[in-house]
Amino acid sequence: MKFGRMKSHRRNRLLLIVFIVCAAGGATTFALFALNENINLFYSPEQIAQGEAPVGKTIRAGGMVLDNSVNRFGEGLGVSFIISDLKSAQVTVEFEGILPDLFREGQGVIALGQLTDEGVFVAKEVLAKHDENYMPPEVAAALEEAHGPGAVQGAGTGTGTYSGNQGGYE
Amino acid sequence: MIPEFGHFALILAFGLSIALAILPAVGVYRRDAMLMQTGPSIATGIFVFMAFSFGCLVYSFSQDDFSVAYVANNSNSALPIQYKISAVWGAHEGSFLLWTLIASGWTLAVATFSRGLTFDMKARVLAVLGLLCAGFAAFLLFTSNPFDRNLPFHPADGADLNPLLQDFGLIVHPPMLYMGYVGFAVPFALAIATLTTGRLDAAWARWSRPWTTAAWAFLTVGITLGSWWAYYELGWGGWWFWDAVENASFMPWLVGTALIHSLAASEKRGVFKSWTVLLAISTFSLSLLGAFLVRSGVLTSVHAFAVDPTRGLYILVFLVLVIGGSLTLYAFKASGIKSEAHFEWNSREAMLLINNLLLVVATASVLLGTLYPLLYEVITDGKKISVGPPYFNRVFVPIVCLLFLAMVVSPFSRWRKTSVDILIRQHWPFLLATPVAVCVVTYLVTNGIDMLAIGVETLAVWILVMLVRHWWQSGSINSASKLGMMMGHAGIAVAILGVVVTVTYSEERDVRMSPGDSLVVAGYEFTFEGVQKVRGPNYLADQAEFNVTSNGDFVAKLRPEKRFYSVAQNVMTEADIDPGLFRDVFVALGENVGESAWAVRIHVKPFVRWIWLGGLLVALGGFVTLLDKRYRRVREVVSINAVGSAA
Repeated sequence: MKFGRMKSHRRNRLLLIVFIVCAAGGATTFALFALNENINLFYSPEQIAQGEAPVGKTIRAGGMVLDNSVNRFGEGLGVSFIISDLKSAQVTVEFEGILPDLFREGQGVIALGQLTDEGVFVAKEVLAKHDENYMPPEVAAALEEAHGPGAVQGAGTGTGTYSGNQGGYE
Repeated sequence: MIPEFGHFALILAFGLSIALAILPAVGVYRRDAMLMQTGPSIATGIFVFMAFSFGCLVYSFSQDDFSVAYVANNSNSALPIQYKISAVWGAHEGSFLLWTLIASGWTLAVATFSRGLTFDMKARVLAVLGLLCAGFAAFLLFTSNPFDRNLPFHPADGADLNPLLQDFGLIVHPPMLYMGYVGFAVPFALAIATLTTGRLDAAWARWSRPWTTAAWAFLTVGITLGSWWAYYELGWGGWWFWDAVENASFMPWLVGTALIHSLAASEKRGVFKSWTVLLAISTFSLSLLGAFLVRSGVLTSVHAFAVDPTRGLYILVFLVLVIGGSLTLYAFKASGIKSEAHFEWNSREAMLLINNLLLVVATASVLLGTLYPLLYEVITDGKKISVGPPYFNRVFVPIVCLLFLAMVVSPFSRWRKTSVDILIRQHWPFLLATPVAVCVVTYLVTNGIDMLAIGVETLAVWILVMLVRHWWQSGSINSASKLGMMMGHAGIAVAILGVVVTVTYSEERDVRMSPGDSLVVAGYEFTFEGVQKVRGPNYLADQAEFNVTSNGDFVAKLRPEKRFYSVAQNVMTEADIDPGLFRDVFVALGENVGESAWAVRIHVKPFVRWIWLGGLLVALGGFVTLLDKRYRRVREVVSINAVGSAA
């Protein structure tokens, strides 16, 4: 490899800079494209009920699982349940598979999936926190929005707890 | 009284840490040898008091002292003793106490094993470490005191440890991880100390290397154990989730990997010096960032700890001070650092540079994906998003594949310049034969051709073949450094094989099964025999029984459980696994879906163990390099030189 009469260390430095600029530029473009395609926006039950959430796009929905709303159907592992902000908005979620251990009626959950034309949320993943006292911050915020601040006791970013708030000790 | 002793010891350790931060530094400033020499004895004091404090908390746990709030919240009299001990670091306060104990341990290690350092350097390094210890201890004392009491009304029994954490994984994973995180404080302190003197020489790099490698090897063990733990204990057969907190441990590892490589170049050839210093600062900063992400609750994660806003704020301020302070120092001092040597595009220096660039870019991509939800929320005024695993796979995988390609030829490249002869001509038969062999074997075993999988498998086998060939050629491996390096690279290749084979060829089924049903997955027949109730020390379980056969031959009886922990009122899935070097058979029990039918998850995962065996081999390689005689011998030479130049 010869670059005219350039001295070897200068040549090296130039090559290096070109390499770094190309690599950094390429990687950034690539990363931003990938990021753009793979972010999942969160929608509260109210937003979904009011039709603010896009249909046929992967989004996340979260809320409290309504009591007596969990229904197994079909021959396989189909299940449906209703998530709500405990006020007025309700969204039916359908899921095929195994629910997480801490999935329970009356608990906050987040589902990843798509909204159909009929307004049913078809989830491909359902998340519940590995701690019964924890409420996902998104769900806590959605509940606060519906009920006003302070409505959700021990919820949100303040209490992703492994400890504390177990009741009765404080 | 014991918890009060623990609290008091913690206060003393905090006071001594402040003394360690100040006295040796003043000694350096005043050129007072007496003050400079105070470091080691203060460091011993800090460690002794921290260990005592930690011991007090362990004692409180073992004695079921539920008047201590932290014990009451995280233990229970029915908890088996080994989990009572590990529950000490099962939640925020105690785990940070462990973190601080480990920080004081590394500080003591530096004070003890630093004969190679000049008085002046040793005093500076210990002062920086003292400052960090003081910051950690203050965090404990002012925001997260594990010794707080529940007086006068304390509960009769504890709330129990989160069932997920009642496992061997919790006993070993956090201590290893923290050894790594906090261990990076040593190269950080050394970088800062060196910046304050303005002299970055080969001695600095040589001295940093074993410490960096040790911390990095611990972190490797920690991450590997974490992945293994997630696989069998989270219950669902995944081994990496691109979870924010996993990323938080992975980023320091990536930059730490870059650091150990660039330190090699800085030591041997005097190149990339200021870059290496920047990496040392970045590695430790990312460790602290990880602590912030885990403990502040800003990100949704399965690992998030208990949080209150003051803790997040404290760590954030600490983070800003440490990163801001060190980068400011760097900005003022680094311009004076010059690298002397020059090198060709095919030299080992260039290879190490490629390694560094790719690792840093890979880290940046992970960092972007991890912090993007935070950024997005700020920019869009509260809109919440998550960044899914597809992003990380799309961006991270191509970058590391380039890195693996470089790993094929880099181990036998030479400093300054590698002849094309060595690089290609001597190796082309191997370079050609490998892909052919991989194709043939893959086709014979799987009856199919998956180009992406074959490509990555080829990279891994190339790395292994070239290492073996290199070993063969050089006859014997004469230094521990070289042996360790080869083990590390081989470990990466083994882990790559594990990842690509598992990801491509695993068979996973979620099904509904009733007793008597059977199902064939990947040639294994699973027969569901039924479910019975089983009682454990602090839980009740539904235990299923599966008979696994292959072509009529018995393979295993698997008994996955669904446990109900009565105190914590938690349900936990306990998968059962028949492990094997070439395949794992995995069965987990979902919920009861009506009458006697259960949701069942069945996985057959080929080569999944290779991921963790590879990881452990990498870590072992790191530890082996520490045995290199050169570090001891050269250190003596350095100290003589250093004394000579100081005089």
